[in-house]
This record gives sequence, structure tokens and C-alpha cells, in this order.
Amino acid sequence: MVPADLSIILPEILLSVFAMLALLGAVYGRKDRIATSLIWVTAAIFIIAALSLMRSANGTEIGFNGMFINDGFARFAKVVVLFSAAAVLVISPDYLAERKILKFEYPVLITLSVVGMMMMISAGDLMLLYMGLELQSLCLYIIASMRRDSLKSTEAGLKYFVLGALSSGLLLYGASLIYGYAGTTSFLGIFAAAGQDHADIGLLLGLVLMLAGMAFKVSAVPFHMWTPDVYEGAPTPVTAFFATAPKVAAMALFARVLHDAFGGIVGDWQQVVALISLLSMYLGAIAAIGQTNIKRLMAYSSIAHMGYALMGLAAGTSLGIEALLTYMAIYVTMNVGTFAFILTMQKDGQPVTDISTLNMLSRSEPGKALAMLVLLFSLAGVPPTLGFFAKWSVWNAALDADLVWLVVASAIASAIGAYYYLRIVYLMYFGEEPQEALVCRPSVVLSGVLTVSSVAMILGMINLLGLEGAAEAAAATLVR
Amino acid sequence: MVKIILFAPLIGALIAGFGWRVIGEKAAQWITTGVLFLACVLSWIVFLWLDASNVQHLPIMRWVESGTLSADWSIRVDRITAIMLIVVTTVSALVHLYSFGYMDHDPQWKEGEIYKPRFFAYLSFFTFAMLMLVTSDNLLQMFFGWEGVGVASYLLIGFYYRKSTANAAAIKAFVVNRIGDFGFALGIFGLYYLTDSIRFEDIFAAAPELAQTQLHFLWKEWNAANLIAFLLFVGAMGKSAQLFLHTWLPDAMEGPTPVSALIHAATMVTAGVFLICRMSPLMEYAPQAMTFVTMIGAFTAFFAATVGLVQNDIKRVIAYSTCSQLGYMFVAAGVGVYSVAMFHLLTHAFFKAMLFLGAGSVIHAMHHEQDMRNYGGLRKKIPYTFLAMMIGTLAITGVGIPLTHYGFAGFLSKDAVIESAWAGTNGGGAFWLLLVAAMFTSFYSWRLMFLTFYGEPRGDQHSYENAHESPKTMLMPLGVLALGAIFSGMIWYGSFFGDHAQVNKFFGMPEHHGQADQSEGHREDKKAHTKEEQDADAAHSNSSNDRETRHHASVPVGAIFMHPDNHVLDDAHHAPKWVKVSPFVAMLFGFIMALWFYVWDKSAPARVAQLNRPLYLFLLNKWYFDEIYNAVAVRPANMLGRLLWKRGDEATIDGAINSIAMGIIPFFTRLAGRAQSGYIFTYAFAMVIGIVVFVTWMTFVSGAN
Repeated sequence: MVPADLSIILPEILLSVFAMLALLGAVYGRKDRIATSLIWVTAAIFIIAALSLMRSANGTEIGFNGMFINDGFARFAKVVVLFSAAAVLVISPDYLAERKILKFEYPVLITLSVVGMMMMISAGDLMLLYMGLELQSLCLYIIASMRRDSLKSTEAGLKYFVLGALSSGLLLYGASLIYGYAGTTSFLGIFAAAGQDHADIGLLLGLVLMLAGMAFKVSAVPFHMWTPDVYEGAPTPVTAFFATAPKVAAMALFARVLHDAFGGIVGDWQQVVALISLLSMYLGAIAAIGQTNIKRLMAYSSIAHMGYALMGLAAGTSLGIEALLTYMAIYVTMNVGTFAFILTMQKDGQPVTDISTLNMLSRSEPGKALAMLVLLFSLAGVPPTLGFFAKWSVWNAALDADLVWLVVASAIASAIGAYYYLRIVYLMYFGEEPQEALVCRPSVVLSGVLTVSSVAMILGMINLLGLEGAAEAAAATLVR
Repeated sequence: MVKIILFAPLIGALIAGFGWRVIGEKAAQWITTGVLFLACVLSWIVFLWLDASNVQHLPIMRWVESGTLSADWSIRVDRITAIMLIVVTTVSALVHLYSFGYMDHDPQWKEGEIYKPRFFAYLSFFTFAMLMLVTSDNLLQMFFGWEGVGVASYLLIGFYYRKSTANAAAIKAFVVNRIGDFGFALGIFGLYYLTDSIRFEDIFAAAPELAQTQLHFLWKEWNAANLIAFLLFVGAMGKSAQLFLHTWLPDAMEGPTPVSALIHAATMVTAGVFLICRMSPLMEYAPQAMTFVTMIGAFTAFFAATVGLVQNDIKRVIAYSTCSQLGYMFVAAGVGVYSVAMFHLLTHAFFKAMLFLGAGSVIHAMHHEQDMRNYGGLRKKIPYTFLAMMIGTLAITGVGIPLTHYGFAGFLSKDAVIESAWAGTNGGGAFWLLLVAAMFTSFYSWRLMFLTFYGEPRGDQHSYENAHESPKTMLMPLGVLALGAIFSGMIWYGSFFGDHAQVNKFFGMPEHHGQADQSEGHREDKKAHTKEEQDADAAHSNSSNDRETRHHASVPVGAIFMHPDNHVLDDAHHAPKWVKVSPFVAMLFGFIMALWFYVWDKSAPARVAQLNRPLYLFLLNKWYFDEIYNAVAVRPANMLGRLLWKRGDEATIDGAINSIAMGIIPFFTRLAGRAQSGYIFTYAFAMVIGIVVFVTWMTFVSGAN
């Protein structure tokens, strides 16, 4: 261990140190009373970390004998993770305070899980991969059940924990199989052992098990079943967090493993990933139709979106990774805005999540309804919103990889999926007259995040806000 | 400066159209009118101080850049652009002013409804689109303007949107123009395909080459230049209401009268003529297409004039007259004397706009009564309008002193067209058709005057009593246009139809065949000899000066281009005296006939109509064009549409989608809902199943190898 190695993981170290200090400071200090300010400080630190990552050197740095990789791809994913975590943090306090669960542990746990994510993203070795994954997951289990007096929240946390443990087990089993056949845990070594054409059956078995573990983290079908229950049960800000940063990190890990460790045998895993992607898109689209709770609906929506993002991965090319990164960045932006809106929904001072309460929102809250309309159009992938360009880029990548059937199938799935997004628009603009109109929480932060996110959906059609170039550069460092 | 001219109307339109709620109705009117007058003044400055030999290109910005296709927003200023600039802005400014009076208290609208800002915004928008068309530097930009005026025309014809006939007319205009535009678009595609560019400069340079190229289109080989020229002319036919695509123009009279004056008389409908003149370097290499242009023009002139004889709606008479005069312009362009086409375009803009505005004034005075049979004796009631209409009639019928260059505008330009037609077709059919049309023109124009202003009032006594002179805002434009109708011909006769040097200088063309000019002197006495000499000249320039000719052809200089072999302009000057006098005689004959029918013996029209009833009905029903089109195109299209709608769309497509969307998908939704049981073991079971499936799959995939 030399100072050079440490300097590579400096952001992770600093964030960890900050988390410890915050924990100590709060425990021995004024406890929950400083929670709000701690949230803002954490968010600010995330943003500073993201900005410094954006400005840092461009090259690929490898530390700890290949265990830790800090390349363009990692930086891109980390920046997205940090920004989305910061955004979720700032929209949280009001809601949490109202429910009397505004605890100082919340930002600390989020910080630690972000550290875990950053390690996942940068993992160059199965060991580090597992460490990052577990650090992240353990924090998430806790914050899922943060509302201890609620049956649903504790149930969500427990379900998530049990199933997460199962998936961790699968992943670990896969990892040990791979180690057994490759003789090494480093991705470079696995890459060499897997060869360039087709790998050993044992290695493939390990790969499938690892795929299952990672698919669980991105909530892809058929490892998605926890998602709706956890999304519904967890407090809404936590749901917002689940839907954004961990998804990006898990997706980045997915890409990292498949390309860095198994990049030589694309033909072996491509079909499986394509199948997962297809199932996710269809299940997300079809199952969401019956939902009445907007958080459950967003759960299925995120399953479907993961399906589209996986299309980019299934392409198995640099273009595919570029599309994946573009898609994830856009997805996160849309979701932060949408959850900011969900957080404003309240009736008689109580937060509500029932879709039917949105009836005729355009009359009581025209501005918010319009912003939500833009976001929903974007989620559905209606041009000229950014969501369309996200889909466009993954389709482009899949077409480039001759996955025509997948593109056609996903176009049909997105048409089905458009139904439930547009139904909300319909309710907001042409629905029945509600007995009692929804009064949105007057919050500058929430409105601000909502506005920024929806405006970005429209302005994004100009050059995708420069996203494409960054994603392209990032993708180039991952796919060799 | 040209940029200001171009964009001032757009800005006016935007302010008036979107901002009238803020600035108010009056301000919207004044702003649009004000910027138009500004544009008008600037246009005249551009026109009068134009350096014609130096074609200016003013780039504004890049528009399309895709592969080899590149198009700029760019302004091309040469002589014909300048001519169009003054025509468009002058008429438009005057029509704006006129609309202050005409559109006031329109009975189509309820009290308190605000419609004027919308009207003025449309007018200004139209002006912008038209200016875009005439200043364009490439075909794409021209097409933009072309479609822009189409839209404006649609909006303005359908301005009285509560009238179903106005809506129908607007749709008809739009649809018929689509047919023409399809041809135009094909022409543009063809040019791009052949020359790899849509810039005028490149196309003109490639024109001689195109004449040598064969192109496979539809089922046979065509000469490229002829085919392209033909396709472009199809576009021109639509916009300029030439025969077979003319049916929309009379119906377009459903729009307010100022619109008819601006769009359907002076400017938009002349876009086709402008297109042919603009593309003259190409047209010169397409002799067969030009023959076709001449034929269509001549037949249109004749056809529209015959129909004009029997129409009773005052605006429809003038509409058919417009159609007919456009035919004249096409004949002039078709025989290769583009300057004369532009000349007639210019003079026609003045007197036809004035006739329309005068008719509008009459209609205004008669409380929106348009049937001439209900007019009569209005001379005393509305003297200024009468005076204006009289000047307009004198101009359109071509009154002047034969064999001199003194007369009303129409006398000079129309006679120039007819002489060119004689020279260009060697005294062929086109010439005779135009001559007969000139006689009919005189007849129906005077018929209009006599029915409206002379005799006893025949209509509603009450509205006659209350007929009143129009306000000053309506009379002033008439006065200005009257000046144009009287003097524009005499002032610019030399420039458009003078000797070669003058015309070349005016249009900025190089001296192509100065030698032919020199030989002109001999020609009158020694015709045969000159002919020989001329042939020798031509041969000379073709052989020894081949490279130089090529050079000229490759970079055509000036606004229009006349092939070195094109001597129609000279020949027209040397037409026999009887040819030169013939239009005057035709005019006189028509006048006397009208006088006899509508002043001396008022029962004559009815008697003649009775005697030739089939012919009368044939003319009254406009040669049954509408009926034929209805049976051949409109009704089958409707039937096909209904079939596709009811059977194809509703039954097949909607049926299939509905059964999927409402039957199959909800089934799966329920299934997915049931799977989401809430029990952890179900979820874990699903994961295990998933792994089993994937492992099996993976084994098969790699086991195959």
C-alpha cells in the first residue's frame, strides 16, 4: 500500500471519514436536531465530490494491484450516483420531519451506501465487488425499515434483507465458482482465463449465478419481485433513493463485470442479458397497468426502465455502454423529478400516494401538473423529451449489434408502457372532478427539483445537454 | 436593407398576431401597416438604385447541411427580385391600408368580436413568405416561401371560417396546390439528383449539361432539362392557377376582397411566372417544355376569358380575368421573352390590384352585395371608385395609341406579350388565342363597368340609396395604384421590351449577341439577307466562340438568361404592323360589343344566351371542370378514404389493437398481480426458477459448441 494507491481512493476515504465523524458528532452532540443541517452538508459534500471527480485527471488509474479501477467509466457513473444521491437528500427532510423519522443516521447511512456504490463501480476484483455490494446493501436494508413503527416499512426492510441475502449468496457462490475455474479473483485474470471465444461450463455457471445476483440489484425480471413491495413500504424519500443511485451503481457494476471480466465471451452472455432485458420491459409495462399506488407504479416503471438500459448492455459494444450510461443518467434525472412530485402530494396535511387523488390536478396546481406531464411524457419516451432520446440511443446500440428482434419487441413494450404514464396525464387534465382537490406541499426545494428536472427533459433535445460526448468517452474506457 | 425588407413583415405579423392582446387592436393594425410601408419605401430604393450587373448574395445563416445537400438562408438580389420586391411590398402596403376601411364592421363577425389583428397578422405573414420566395437563393428556401404563401392563402381564404363555402374554398385551394407542389418537389429532387446541389448558381451552371442528359423516369427515357422544366412548371401551374389546376382561384374569392387583391391577383399567383423566369437558364435548354408552357398559357388565357364573359359575381369576373392574364405571362415566358413576362407581371399587379380594390369598394358601398345584376347606375354614387375602376379597365383592356409607346400600362405590356407570341410561334396558334382572349377581355371588362356603373339601379332600392363612397383609407390606395396603372407601362417599356442593350442593361445581362443587334438596321429592307447573316452569326458564335459561349453558359450573369440563339425579342420588334395593331383592334371590337350588349340593346345578352343555350351553359359552368374533377377525382378519393377509414382503420387496425389492449394485456396484468403475492417464498421461488432457466439456457448455448 503506497500513497499513490491511497490518492486513487481519496474520495471514498474522505466520504467514509466524513460519515464516521458525522456519526460521532451527532451521537455526542445534538442528535436528531442537527439532522436537517447534516443532510444539507452531506448533499453539499456529494456535489463537491462529484465536481472534483468531473475535474480530475482523465486517464485510467489502477490501484491496489488492480483491485480498484478509476477510469472514465467509473468517474461518469460516480458523478451520476453522487448527484442523484445529493438530489434525493435535499428533497427528503420535509417528508421525514413530518413523519417524525428525521434521524441523523439517515444522511450517514446514505453516505456509507454511496461509498459502497463507488467501490462497486470501481471494482476490479471479485473481492472488492462483494465488499462494495454488501456495504451498499446493508445500509439500504436499514433505511428501508427506517420507519420502525410502520408495519409496511419494517416488512419492506425485512423482505429486502432476506431476499438480498439470498441474492448475495447466489452471487458469492457464483464468485467462488469463477475463482475455482479461473484461479484468480481479479477481473484481468478472469478475462484471460475465460478466453476469447467460449468459456468453460464451470465459469459460465459462475457467471449465471453472478448475473442473477446483479440482476437482483437492478431489479430485473425474474429477480424483481421485491421491488414493488419495498418501494411501497419504504418512506417515499427512501424509495426515491432506491430508484436512483443504487440502480446506477448496480448497472455500472453489471457492465464492469461483463466487460472487464467476461468481455471476451460476449456471445455467451449476450442472449441471457437480452432475455432479462426483454422480460423486464414487458413485465414492467404490463404489471404497472393495474396499479393504483403511484409508488408501486414507479417500481414497475423502474423495472421496465432497467429492461431498456439492459438492452444497451446486451448489445455488448462500446456503443451499447454509451447508450447504457446515457440512459441511466437520463433515467435518474426523470426519477428524481418524479419523486419530488410524489413527495409534494398530500391531502389534509397527510402524504398520499393514491393515483386517483391526482384527478384534475391541472386545475388546482397547473404548474406542477405541467411539469409532471413533461416528466411522464419523458418516462413514456415521447419525443422530443429526453426520455425519447434515451430510448433512441439504446435502440440504436441494439440495432448496431443486430438485435433487431429486441428493438422491435421493446418498441411494442414501450407502447404498452405508455398507457399507464398517459393515464396519469389523463387524470390530471381530463379526469373526474375530485371531491377534494389535492393541495401540494408548498416547498421551494421540491418545486425547484421538479422544475429543473422537467425543464431538462425539454432542453435536453438540444444536444442532450452534452451528455452523449461524456458517455461516449466513458464507454470507450470500459470496452476494449 | 433587403434583410429589413424581408423581416419587417414577419416581425409585424408576430407582434400583431401574438401581441395584440397587449398592444390593442388599433396598434396591431398600425404596426403591421407601418412596417409594410417602411419595407415598401426601402424596396423602391433597392429597385431604383440596383446595380443589375452585379448579383448580390446576402447570407443570413446556414439552414440544412446533410451530406452533399446544403442550403443556406440567403438572399439573392438581382433585377427580377427587385421587381418582385416592389410589386409585393407596394401592393401589400396599400392593401394593408385599404383593409382599415374594408375590414371595419365586417358583417361576418358579431359586435365586439376582435378579428382585425388576426387578419393583419395573416396579411403580414403572407408578405413575409412571399418575400422569402422571391429573394431565395436556392430551391429549398424558395419552396419554404412557396409553401408559406400557400399557408397564408389558406388561412386568408378561410378567414370567414363560419362560412362553410369559405372553408371548402380554402381546402380546395390547398389541395389543388398540393398537386402542383408535388410536381415542384419532384423537380427539386430531380435537380438535386442530377446536379447534386439546389443552389441556383450551381443549377444554372449545369443547365447546358442537363440538356445533354437522359433520365429514366416512370416508364421511359426523358431529356433531363425538359423533364425538370416540365415538373417545375407543374408547380407553377398550381400556384398560378393555369389550366387544369385553375379551379381553386375563382373559389378563392370567398376570402375578403383585400386578400383577393393582394394574394390572388398581384403577388402569390404570379409566383409561378416568377419561378419560370428565375429558372430561365434552365428553361432555355428545355425547348419542348417551353412549348408546353406556351400552350398551357395560351389556352388558359383563352379559356378563362371565355368563362369571364358570362360570370355575374363581380369578383369572379376579375378572378377569371386574373387567370387569363397569368396565361399571357406564361406565353411570354414560354416563348423565351422573360423580360416581357416580368413586364406584364409588374403592370398587371398594379391594375389588377386596383380592379380588385375598386370592386371591394363597390361591394363595400353596396353592403356586401356581389352580384352585378343587382348593381347599376353607381357612377354618381361612388365617383372616385368609378374613376379608379375606369382607369383599371382602360389599363387591362389595353387602351393606348397604336404604333407608339403611349398608353395605359396594359396596352404596352399586353401588346408586348402578343407580339412576342407572334414572333415566338411564327404567328401560330398561341398568338391567335391571345388575340381572341384580348377581345374577350375587353368585352367582359367593359361589361363589368356598364353593369355596375351605368344604366338604372336594378337591385335592392334601399341599398342603392344608402350606397356611399368609401373612406379615405380605401380611396388612397386606389389613387396610388391608378398612377401605376397609367404610367408604369410607359416608364419601363424600354427596360423590359426595348432594344437589346437596354434590356440587357436593365437585367444585368452581358451583351450576348451584339452582332445580331447591329444587323437589325438592315433587316427591315433586306429580310432574306439579314436572315442569312444572322444564321452566319449564330454559326460563328457556335463554332469559333464555342468556348466563350460555354463560359457564358457556365456562369450565367444577370437576372434572366436568354440563349444566344433566342431571337424572339428582336423578332417581336420587327413584327409586321398588322400584328402590332391587332390587339388594339381586338380591344376595340370587344368594347363595341359590350357597348352594344349592355348599353344600346339591353335585351341582346338574354337573346344571344337563349339562342346558344348549350354554349352559354357550358361557359357559365366554367367548362364543367369542377363537375369533371368531382366525378373523376374527388368522389373516388372520398370513397377510397371511406373504405380505408371504415374497413381498414376502424374494423381491422382498431379492432386488432383493441382486442389486444383490452383483452390480452389485462389478462397478463392480472397474472402479474397474482404472482406478486407478498410472500417471500414466492419471490425466492421465482428467483430460483429464473436461475434454473438461465443455467439451462447458458448450457445449451455453449453446449452447442
